[in-house]
Amino acid sequence: MKYAYYPGCSLHSVNKSYDQSCKAVFNNLNCELTELEDWNCCGATIYMSIKEITALAVAARNLALAEKLGCDIVTPCSSCYTILNKANRYLKNNEEVFEKVNLCLREANLSYHGTIRVRHPLDILVNDIGIDVIKLNVKIPLNQLKIANYYGCQIVRPEKGFDDRENPKTMENLFESLGAKEIYFPYKLRCCGGMLMTTFQNASLKLSKEILECAIENGADCIATTCPLCQMNLEGYQNKINKIYGTEFKMPILFFTQILGVALGIDKKELGLENNFYKCEKLEELFISSSKQKELTTVG
Amino acid sequence: MITEIEILPGVLSKKETTLRNTFLEHTKIIPQGERIKLCIQCGTCTGSCPLSYAMDITPRKLIALFRAGDMESILKSRAIWICASCYTCQTRCPSQIKVTDILYALKRTAMEKKILNPGIPTYALSQSFMKSIYKYGRLNEPRLIIKFIMRTGFWKIFNMIPLGIRMLKKNRIKFSTEKIKGITDLRKIMLKAETFDMPIEKELPAYTPEAVGYKSIS
Repeated sequence: MKYAYYPGCSLHSVNKSYDQSCKAVFNNLNCELTELEDWNCCGATIYMSIKEITALAVAARNLALAEKLGCDIVTPCSSCYTILNKANRYLKNNEEVFEKVNLCLREANLSYHGTIRVRHPLDILVNDIGIDVIKLNVKIPLNQLKIANYYGCQIVRPEKGFDDRENPKTMENLFESLGAKEIYFPYKLRCCGGMLMTTFQNASLKLSKEILECAIENGADCIATTCPLCQMNLEGYQNKINKIYGTEFKMPILFFTQILGVALGIDKKELGLENNFYKCEKLEELFISSSKQKELTTVG
Repeated sequence: MITEIEILPGVLSKKETTLRNTFLEHTKIIPQGERIKLCIQCGTCTGSCPLSYAMDITPRKLIALFRAGDMESILKSRAIWICASCYTCQTRCPSQIKVTDILYALKRTAMEKKILNPGIPTYALSQSFMKSIYKYGRLNEPRLIIKFIMRTGFWKIFNMIPLGIRMLKKNRIKFSTEKIKGITDLRKIMLKAETFDMPIEKELPAYTPEAVGYKSIS
């Protein structure tokens, strides 16, 4: 199955490692991902605060481009995932609005007929490719690594998507099959503050602190995220949180594709692990022990 | 059946009516936006909101104020800008009211009617965002943040320097913004769309005897 890959603005600047690791993982599993040519910014949450038809038209240009290729869109960024899905929903729900947006798209010789679905790589990995196929390709089992699965607030809400809205289990199932240990993490869907980190920083710092605290209380070795904004908020501001709240957080925040990539035996550089602020020691130990094993097998 | 939402709760001032109508126009785009009429004031939205502690008017109260005909207090509040749009309220509402989408409609109404609380920097951020999309078609996050800080208080940049240095070391900042090839097409789309977004002056609904008393809120 072919998919049109929509990275989003964040994956091309601050969170390149998500882009790299996602492509590397899909390559390893022989699934084709062609980047959607000349995609434009989806508009993110700010846009819907300003003008509706403009916001929908800007997002719909991407949907129209993907429809031309005839493939569904895959987007790792949770924010883009929600916005493109929202645009799809709003257009299909209201004929008048759909017509207006198509009139706008016609200025660029494009049109959209509502046939595209927007999907998340987590959904495709677990539901399309399947955990059994992934299990066969595992080179480095995760050895009971305790991962706090942080879904963030955007990929299973508000409409029922590919998983339950209050207690999703997709990441847990995926990581358990790779050998990780599931831990209790009730804050898996709680908002980290998102864009508020720029406008109302204190509120966002409080929310992020609560999530980090919950992960540490339950013994997590690292937090796996699906959203680049969450990763930036939880990782980049740990120093500030430590200063304000007197805590001593040093929690590594990784993208779920990075952890999956390690298990599939992909090289560290390709996964962008060097770009994270905090190294996950247990993960590094897995690399060392696996390379030692390789030495033994090649020598012996 | 959900009855007409346009029935006014009693006699309202002209300003209040214009605000109310603008808001209702914005809610028309929301699928099932009219469910706001079915609010049972249970408070699940406020209870689930992770930011309700910082709001001056909580979500439940916002909906109650709308039904009582007090749009002005809502639009002047801080609450609509503090919403992080996490969709928890919308997921859990027993009447399936699209609370988050309604808050977006309130934000748009406030921006359109220029009721902007001076302490809210969101407007500056969205202006910078819009300009970037019009100019390049894509966004460069570090540039956006810096522009935003320059607009809302350049001294804050000193707070960001430690984080900026760490990100530079990890090679996570890109200084140039990519321009898409179809930027002229995108601009044509945006300009055409803005003609649809211009506020339409709607005729005020006529006063009828049924618009007073208990009938108007049932």
